[in-house]
Amino acid sequence: MHITATIVFVAFFILIALLGFLSARWQRGDLGQLHEWGLGGRRFGSWITWFLIGGDLYTAYTFIAVPALVFGAGALGFFALPYTVLVYPLVFAVLPRLWVIAKHHNFITAADFVAARYDSPALALAIAVTGIVATMPYIALQLVGVEVVIGGLGFPTQGFIGELPLIVAFVVLAAFTYTSGLRAPASIAVVKDLLVYVTVLALIIVVPWKLGGFGKIFAAVPSGHLYLPPIHAGNFGLQSFYFTLALGSALALMLYPHATTAVLSSKGPKTLRRSWIFLPAYSFVLGLIALLGYMAYAAKLPSNPALAPYFHQYGPQFAMPGLLLQYFPGFFVGIGFSAVAIGALVPAAIMSIAAANLFTRNVYRAYIRPNCEAGHETQVAKLASLVVKFGALLFILLLPTHFAIQLQLLGGVLILQTLPAIVSGIYTRWFDPRALLLGWAIALAWAIWAASLTGFQKSGYTLHLFGSTMLGYIGFYALILNFLVAIATTLLLRVSGCHSLVDRTDAAAYQE
Amino acid sequence: MKRKTTSPRLGLPGLIYLSIPCIAVLAVPFYNRAIPSLFGIPFFYWWQIVWVPLSGFFIYLAWRRVERRS
Repeated sequence: MHITATIVFVAFFILIALLGFLSARWQRGDLGQLHEWGLGGRRFGSWITWFLIGGDLYTAYTFIAVPALVFGAGALGFFALPYTVLVYPLVFAVLPRLWVIAKHHNFITAADFVAARYDSPALALAIAVTGIVATMPYIALQLVGVEVVIGGLGFPTQGFIGELPLIVAFVVLAAFTYTSGLRAPASIAVVKDLLVYVTVLALIIVVPWKLGGFGKIFAAVPSGHLYLPPIHAGNFGLQSFYFTLALGSALALMLYPHATTAVLSSKGPKTLRRSWIFLPAYSFVLGLIALLGYMAYAAKLPSNPALAPYFHQYGPQFAMPGLLLQYFPGFFVGIGFSAVAIGALVPAAIMSIAAANLFTRNVYRAYIRPNCEAGHETQVAKLASLVVKFGALLFILLLPTHFAIQLQLLGGVLILQTLPAIVSGIYTRWFDPRALLLGWAIALAWAIWAASLTGFQKSGYTLHLFGSTMLGYIGFYALILNFLVAIATTLLLRVSGCHSLVDRTDAAAYQE
Repeated sequence: MKRKTTSPRLGLPGLIYLSIPCIAVLAVPFYNRAIPSLFGIPFFYWWQIVWVPLSGFFIYLAWRRVERRS
């Protein structure tokens, strides 16, 4: 066991637990109101928004999975970079408008907006359930990141005793999210991001220096691994997959409930736009993290006898923790591992709050107890956040890890199918709610069928079109199908004169 | 019935600013190669990494436009 690293790790954990509980007092508001508990009172300025969105989107799983993917799959794993470059221009164009509309009507979730815009609780329920289903395995995956670093500290992660540190971490997380709401991850995100930047900068300077420079690192990797296979006789192969995966994932990220929650919690469109100029700084770090995969490859970590057992147990996921253990002293290993673990708690907290907001607003209040008072609504959300988190914990404790990974992959595909209702609704009321619902349902059915062809192992589908062969991201193809169905059905309903035009949102909200 | 649509604020130049980094990182066949390399880093990798700070610059241009118009 690594004593120094463990002491540093535990110390940071206690620090952020205290910070989580104390945040209830920060920018004090009436935590009995859902927009206070679940959106931090919509008061976060540019700095906090920057930390919060960064802490939210770049999760612990990212730090573990991205180097693992590059280590294992090579160039394809680098898709995370174009994906995060695409996100900010997209959200810059779309989400400030959603903020204005949401603030005007006190909407907490994107499904709230859909319900009012289309006067359709059914469509809103579809959006909300998709959001909750896509978020659950994502929370579970955060735990995988924590599990890997706890294992890296030298603790066994099998059996009840082995799972105990994970359970303790999660109980603490659940408790401070319950009491402080979104203020807790917002304040912890600051600590998390500082730790992440320190760790990544140290890794990216020290490791290439020890390995003799980037030239030597890339030379150690076979060239078939370094690039995508060339386009051959109309077969785009991995190149069309890279393209659709990057674009589809970027669009999906914008629609995830935890992204909406972080965006709606900011002070306003000006704050959001300003923070998005500087948010690519995180993507830069992500690019560096991705290169760690090749460094682990060049350093031949799995053949080091001290690290071999970890690689045997965790596979490529141990690439980033392995580099820390190989090249750094104990106290710094503690800092790096804390960055990963705290990096798991921030998004897990935001995701559980986002899922709780969806359940409370669009399931409980829409179908179970309409017109319940604000205090009761908030209490339901707090309890729902606990249920969501313990559901995720049981998921990890009882089922094999690869289920969580496969479900998260599918979750991205599913959440992407909420795009036509949410994004087009911001711009136009042309679509009919029934047409959007039909498009959503057909796209989901097709996507699940397409994923089942790979045994839910992969997210690619091979499309044969005009004599060319295009392997593409299932979510992206399903989105095209979704739009085609929604457009055709809306046209049909409009021609037959039975389309719905009811809109319960206020026209003034669309003029900023 | 009053039309409930958002008034465009980014405008065409704003949309062009935001599209440039997107096109740059989606031009997969263009950057899927080794040379020219930079500090030993193949083109495929440094091209995509360079577009991270550049995307921030283009978002800044779009931001400046929106700020001036509002």
